[in-house]
This record gives sequence, C-alpha cells and structure tokens, in this order.
Amino acid sequence: MTKVVLPELGEGIKKATLSYWYFKQGEGVKEGSDLVELATDKATFNLPSPCSGVLSEVLFSEGDTVNVGEVLAIISEA
Amino acid sequence: MRLLDLGLIDYNKAWDLQKETFESVKTRVLPQTVILCQHYPVITLGRAADRNNVLVDGRRLEAKEIRVYEIERGGDVTYHGPGQLTVYPILDLRNFKRDIHLFLRYLEEMVMELLRDLGINGVRYPGLTGVWIGKRKVASIGISIRNWISSHGLSINVKQADLDNFRLIRPCGMDVEMTSIETELNRDVAIADIKEIIIRKFRAPILVEQDNVSYS
Repeated sequence: MTKVVLPELGEGIKKATLSYWYFKQGEGVKEGSDLVELATDKATFNLPSPCSGVLSEVLFSEGDTVNVGEVLAIISEA
Repeated sequence: MRLLDLGLIDYNKAWDLQKETFESVKTRVLPQTVILCQHYPVITLGRAADRNNVLVDGRRLEAKEIRVYEIERGGDVTYHGPGQLTVYPILDLRNFKRDIHLFLRYLEEMVMELLRDLGINGVRYPGLTGVWIGKRKVASIGISIRNWISSHGLSINVKQADLDNFRLIRPCGMDVEMTSIETELNRDVAIADIKEIIIRKFRAPILVEQDNVSYS
C-alpha cells in the first residue's frame, strides 16, 4: 500500500486545488504515469503515480483544496 | 538550451509543437527548449478560467475569426495576437529547486530586466503573477508542469496595435488595463528587437541549483 502525498511545490505554496483525476477509484495505474492534476493560481501541476498497482482509495474530489503533505489517494498492489 | 522561433503561427499548431517538444525534453531526446512565437488572434482559457471573463458572445468572436481554446495551463483567460511576443520555456524545474514560485518569479524578473534595458520600470505586485508598468499590465504568465518540466509560459505585449482585443475579455479575471512596450515608450518597437533581448536573457546562466540534471 502506497500513499500518494501532495509534495512541497515551492516556498509559500501551502495548498493546491485538485483539478483532474486521470484514473477512477479501482482502476490500475502504472508507475510514473500521470495520476492527478492540481492547480495553484498560475500553474497546473501533474503528480505521477509513485508506483504501479490499483488506485484503491481516492480521498479528494475534483475542485477540493488539498494541503501540502496531505494524502490524496492510496495505491494497493495489484 | 535550444531555441525554436516559430514566427507568426496559429495557436493550435504551436500548441501541438509545444506538446511534442515537451515529450522530447521530458525523455531527454532534446535539450531544454525555449519556444518563441506570435499568434494569430486567439483566446485561451486556463484551468482556473471563468467563462464569464470572455465578455463577448461566440458570434462576435467568429466574426473576428478568434477561436477559444481550453488549455492545461494555470490561470484564467488571456488573449494572444500578433504584436505580442509569446514565450514558452520548456525547462526542467529541478534546476529551480523544484519550486513553482521560484520559476514564476524568474520569468517575471526576466521581463522586468528586459523592460529595464529599454528604460522602463516594470513592477510586480505581491500575490499577483505578471509584470506591470504602474497599474497597467504588460506581461502575463500561466504555466503547466508535468514531471517537473514546464510548458506554456509568458506573453509580452510589444506592439500597441493589437491591445484593443483585450477588451473582449477580463484578462486573468481582473479588471486591469493592458499596456504594451510601444505604448509606454511612445515609439515603434520591433518584435525582433525584443526577441533578441529575451534570447540573450535565456542564454545567460539560469541554473539556480543543479539537481542531477544534465543536458547536452
């Protein structure tokens, strides 16, 4: 089980808005492929999947605000 | 650093080329690249865009042959047209301490230096992204980052002639007056001259911190 965490995006950036999930809960994901897109005011940012497996839990929806360090999703072994 | 000057080009074509370049830089087939171009009149909506910030209906845009594209950059609505220099830096942000704000500030500083070279005092305002001359905005920024590689970028209003089209939108969702380098200097300014300065700025060492990134 691997947690997908919103990493540090730069000094002064404490949160981002989740704009797009590339996969739905229950779908298989590959390490390094785009998993989720987030946006700060002038930048969009894609988080790649940290490992291959199944996107077993999606903890935030599109439009939600996520703080740096918060867990966005959980990927389980396939 | 590779430079790609596309001249005056349709937004869609440049967008495709930008995506191709991004993939090649990401996979290190190509070195980091800065794309320079001008677009035929076009409106783009970033991920944070509110459609209400396009102030005219589709028919009026059609009559003016202005297309609207929803794109993957950050930010609200903007306008591009001939007379504006658009710069798309496809750079590795591992050279910017993986710091999105540091990169945005770097782009702003580049524009402010460019203006200084021309004898204009460009400023920025805390909490806002872009470059102003007094209260008038001269450069807009909106970027996208994937795998720490940037795309999209900045646009600098150079010629005065095309500024009127900004009235079709509420730029970046703000009631802001747009200006151009020509407007401020009150003389003709060639896009080629601005391009030359920008190229020089990008060729100057920009690496903030090496993060095991090496390019040919």
